[in-house]
Amino acid sequence: MSKSLPERATCELSLTVNGKRMTLHAHAMERLLDVLRHALGLTGTKEGCGEGECGSCSILMDGMLVNSCLIPALQADGADITTIEGLASDCHLAVLQQTFLECGASQCGICTPGMILAAVHLLRKNPQPTLEEIREGLSGNLCRCTGYMQIVEAVAEAGRRGVAT
Amino acid sequence: MRAHPAEYELVAPRTLPAVLTLLAQEPGSWLPIAGGTDVMVQYSAGKLPARKLVSIWNLPELRRIEIFPDEIQIGAGCTFADLRKDKTVNQEFQLVSAAAGWTGGIANQNRGTLGGNIVNASPAADSLPALLVYDAELLLVSARGERRLPYASFHIGYRKTRLAPDELVRAICLKRRFSEYYAQARKVGARKAQAISKVCLAALGRVTNGVVEDMRLAVGSVAPVPLRLAETERVVKGKRIDAALVQLAKKTVAGEVRPIDDIRSTARYRAAVAGNLVAEFLGKLAAGGLNA
Repeated sequence: MSKSLPERATCELSLTVNGKRMTLHAHAMERLLDVLRHALGLTGTKEGCGEGECGSCSILMDGMLVNSCLIPALQADGADITTIEGLASDCHLAVLQQTFLECGASQCGICTPGMILAAVHLLRKNPQPTLEEIREGLSGNLCRCTGYMQIVEAVAEAGRRGVAT
Repeated sequence: MRAHPAEYELVAPRTLPAVLTLLAQEPGSWLPIAGGTDVMVQYSAGKLPARKLVSIWNLPELRRIEIFPDEIQIGAGCTFADLRKDKTVNQEFQLVSAAAGWTGGIANQNRGTLGGNIVNASPAADSLPALLVYDAELLLVSARGERRLPYASFHIGYRKTRLAPDELVRAICLKRRFSEYYAQARKVGARKAQAISKVCLAALGRVTNGVVEDMRLAVGSVAPVPLRLAETERVVKGKRIDAALVQLAKKTVAGEVRPIDDIRSTARYRAAVAGNLVAEFLGKLAAGGLNA
């Protein structure tokens, strides 16, 4: 917490991040994206456009896919948050992480964390999506490298393996 | 220049009355923020004039859909994802659920609200033409009480509404009398998700023995406000759908729309597409389009 800033602009937040309960201080209007990256060091969540167009900063908040660049910190008070860092357990990748690797679904990698979180959100609602449903589920996440085919294939493959992450 | 969060105040009262009290104390100085899909974009770009914000995200009083015998009342804080999931909205107000499905992507649908779309008052908002053709009414609430206003008279100009500085939209009321209409929603844009429409159409029609019994048309992105095509509706009502009527409808649409050139499209393209969408709708009606 910075001492030079006005007291009224800071607030205490209780969050559960990747299963860990924590209390931290942040400015109420600080973007959740910045809280995750700077205060918590969770730099797996990327900033692309910063205006909700590209999906790079996608996370799950109370199970819902959201763009963390558009969430003021105060609105995340009490929330249960999952970032890309919360998917693997010990040295075991989540199924989607594994299929992204196998299908070559990641090139430069900036979109990958958001893509995977969007895919997690989709598979939890719809464990065996059609290709069209996959495209719709990922439609808010932009990738400038892959042309999307490998990404769609990675999600379809995770669906075939039948384990909702 | 990017905004510095320390220069902004954000509070989150737990109830609707607490929010209304705050708005009443200093009318106009608190900007309500729901899912943030518009406000946070302006904020991040350093273009948000307001310095004091009040969160109305997830207030239970605004986040429910109430079903009455003659109408449904959609809480203004319902997200586009909420609208897509609701059974009554899907069955009786397909133009609303269709527009909800192509507003932003999934993440924005999980946060963006119908009330936010209304007060943001963009001429390009996909949900607003649907509200026009369903004759939606708004319940506006303040510490002074509640009033009811047709949506058509609420949205008065480019990003201008009749919302008072101490008011919130509480609910959107839709009369349950359109389930027998053939409904068609169309969006023409660079892509379905995320991209803002070049033109969008919400249309309702009823045909008996090939004759247009009723027709309700509204178009987005062709005027400073979402536009009801009243004159086009008038010229087709009571007429048999044939090639001449379709031509007349297209011509009338061209005379009603007031599109502009901007980064997304040109006035000429928009006027042509609006006419074509209406022609396409008439064609489907003539082909026996009736909701099963």
